[in-house]
Amino acid sequence: MKTIEQKGMYKSFPRSGKDVSFTHYCPGCGHGIINKLIAEACAEMGLQDETIFVDPVGCGVFTYYYWDAAHISAAHGRASAVATGTCRARPNAVTIAYQGDGDLGAIGFNNAFQAASRGEKFGCIFVNNSLYGMTGGQMAPTTLAGESTTTTPFGRDPALTGYPLHVCEVFSQLKAPVYIARVSVADTRRIMQAKQAIRKVFEIQRAKKGYAILEILAPCPTNFKMDPAAAADFCINEMEKEFPLGVFRDETERENPAPAAIPQAESCAALFAEKDALEPACDDDAFAERRFKFAGYGGQGILSLGLCIAEAARLERRHTLWFPSYGPEQRGGSANCSVVVSGKPIGSPTVEHPDVLVCMNRPAYERFVGDMREGGIVIVDETVPILVEPPKGVKLVVWPAIRMAEEFGVPKAANTMMLAAMKKLGCTGLKGESLEESLVASFKKKPALGEKNRELLREAEKKGS
Amino acid sequence: MTKFVKGNEAVVMGALYAGCELYFGYPITPASEIAHGAAKWFPMLGRTFVQAECETASVNMMFGAAGAGKLSMTATSGPGFSLMQEGISYLAGAELPSVVVNVNRAGPGLGNVYPEQSDYTPAVKGGGHGSYQTFTLAPASVQEMFDLTVKAFAMTAKWRTPAIVFADGLQGQMMESLVLPDSGLPKYDFSEWASEGTPKTRANLVKSIYLDAAQQERFNRHLQEKYAAMAADAMGEAYLADDAEILIVGYGISGRIARTTAEALRKEGVKAGVFRPITLNPFPREQLAAVAAGRKIMAIELDAGQFADDVRLNLAKAGLGAEAAGVVMINRMGGEIVSVDDAVKTAKEMLGA
Ligand SMILES: Cc1ncc(C[n+]2csc(CCOP(=O)(O)OP(=O)(O)O)c2C)c(N)n1
Ligand code: SF4
Repeated sequence: MKTIEQKGMYKSFPRSGKDVSFTHYCPGCGHGIINKLIAEACAEMGLQDETIFVDPVGCGVFTYYYWDAAHISAAHGRASAVATGTCRARPNAVTIAYQGDGDLGAIGFNNAFQAASRGEKFGCIFVNNSLYGMTGGQMAPTTLAGESTTTTPFGRDPALTGYPLHVCEVFSQLKAPVYIARVSVADTRRIMQAKQAIRKVFEIQRAKKGYAILEILAPCPTNFKMDPAAAADFCINEMEKEFPLGVFRDETERENPAPAAIPQAESCAALFAEKDALEPACDDDAFAERRFKFAGYGGQGILSLGLCIAEAARLERRHTLWFPSYGPEQRGGSANCSVVVSGKPIGSPTVEHPDVLVCMNRPAYERFVGDMREGGIVIVDETVPILVEPPKGVKLVVWPAIRMAEEFGVPKAANTMMLAAMKKLGCTGLKGESLEESLVASFKKKPALGEKNRELLREAEKKGS
Repeated sequence: MTKFVKGNEAVVMGALYAGCELYFGYPITPASEIAHGAAKWFPMLGRTFVQAECETASVNMMFGAAGAGKLSMTATSGPGFSLMQEGISYLAGAELPSVVVNVNRAGPGLGNVYPEQSDYTPAVKGGGHGSYQTFTLAPASVQEMFDLTVKAFAMTAKWRTPAIVFADGLQGQMMESLVLPDSGLPKYDFSEWASEGTPKTRANLVKSIYLDAAQQERFNRHLQEKYAAMAADAMGEAYLADDAEILIVGYGISGRIARTTAEALRKEGVKAGVFRPITLNPFPREQLAAVAAGRKIMAIELDAGQFADDVRLNLAKAGLGAEAAGVVMINRMGGEIVSVDDAVKTAKEMLGA
């Protein structure tokens, strides 16, 4: 198609590599007509400065040669995902994605469908020419039953390849889109209707109404292997039978709900700065690095016990690291965590050989006791039967954590009971006050519980032996 | 002032301090806390969080946001990282700034959610199609999860190629102290090339297509020159390396194991040192060569040797062919971590001690 000074188009097309003023489309190609209509609508509505076109991969790939507005050229099938990013990044712009029926209907269907479902604020112009134009006329999801293409040389056989995909009808099942319609550019009357519909898509975007999709039936004479007139007839007589024209939804007047308000912060500092944040760690060669392992069932407060030691270490400005078991390991009820406390920057984060091992159940004890470092200490709940001896040089302490917590009437505090043992045995290398302070702080949201636990800790220390 | 946070949370904070405006992501263990933090904190600061329908969508949403001149990010792990490779190639081909965080889990296939460093090749060498490179950073602590995320934004904005923050499951999940800075990065102005939907940017075009072979070659040469210039921003850290007879090389979590290993060896009288690359692409070749010459070299890694091969390559390119030939690797896979005991043993064997 020849174009001479079309509204909304560049005067000539140097981006094509040649200083020409005709497009690359074949004679009678639907894209050529649609390109002209889109350019006109954009210019006539005064939207060239604020429009961002997201271009496809397909025969429409070079629309950036023609339309005088900003462009982003997407990967094959991804224009709707790209347009999502663009309209989210530039909510004041008018974002228009342009996609073919292989691009949108096949490789990129889910991206287009999900963008429609989210109600992204962009307009999608979807060109249905019933096949892949650019790559040589292969079958598209929209290919008609019986239509012959280069990959359905005997005609599309629904028994093997199913039936044509009705994009508008499928998208009509979604709640979010405000406008869904199908038009054609196969004759003058249809072109005039298409032009109005294209303007509508721009208008919806200018007014920030929401997602709109316009399917346009378009002839591809080259791959239909027809002259332009016959190709246009095919569009009208065959394609429209399968893909009836019409407006599937027009809810442009509907009120869209505004997003619910959420708490706002002024700056990163306001969001993340803590009132009583601790001083950074400092180096102290005199402090011997300690590695802790805590293990038991989920719900026994194992991870919080580790965090409590970590926080106490931070109070004393030690280098501190806490690492939980995660993923499926957590399921099936077991939990463990590691803590490293050091006077210098911590190297390896893993606790291969614990200096201190705290076990709340038998599997935990049996899994980790053999790893102990010589001179280390293992604290186990008295409910754990000791069927495996700790390695030589490792001290074993049996402690009634679970029973004491029950006797105090706070069965959940078994971990606090274990902390009492650690404090009493002096095996943490940390001050008693730090351990208490950290314990209380761990109940920041329920201060009464914090004080209660401090009491229990002191009681347990006195009582336990 | 310090906070005690997970590595994954530190990444989100770093992104926000760096001025990242949009987050696009799809859940996957062990990276999901990044999406959780982003879902909460981005909107609280008036920024945008979108849960994408898949990782292909996430990366293309970033393409759309970056093409419109805004900094954005995503985070994922192995399988999602694979899905993003096409999009990362497009980002590189269109010279768009974006940050992808890969919290490496064990592979191949579904593998498991425990730490590996096995995505080394796609994370460091450009895992998609075409001759492109990313700016790849390898944090080794919660502090670095923050700092290197900030750095990733600075580098992707400077070099206009995607930046990869390459971490692992352990670092994502562990908690350490984090010192927050007083301020973040300055705001960038991309209006010279971005399609922003403004009068000023109306003539801009974001694309990765060069239909003409000569043009494509010219563009590719431009890219290669740019990648070569990135070497100026390579970073690495040497520890106890000055008098070392054996140099232990490792990045990320393996770099920390290397540190403890060197300290353990020193206690036994073996002069061991550490070199930890902080950027993997550009690889800190000169910095490594400066401490590697004449040393025995042991690489620690959680993969099948992809990193050790890169160490050999970089040593050889630095003219240290003999050192390259002598590199010994110690590795674990599947979510297992190299133990300090094993590393010490291997080092001693290398020295015949
Ligand atoms: C990932 C990927 N796969 C395949 C291609 C090749 N390809 C380019 S265009 C196209 C089909 C275009 O057909 P359609 O979307 O219907 O547009 P038309 O050319 O008919 O306008 C294909 C398969 C590609 N560019 N990228
Ligand atoms: S191949 Fe078909 S769709 Fe492509 S330009 Fe030619 S007529 Fe148009």
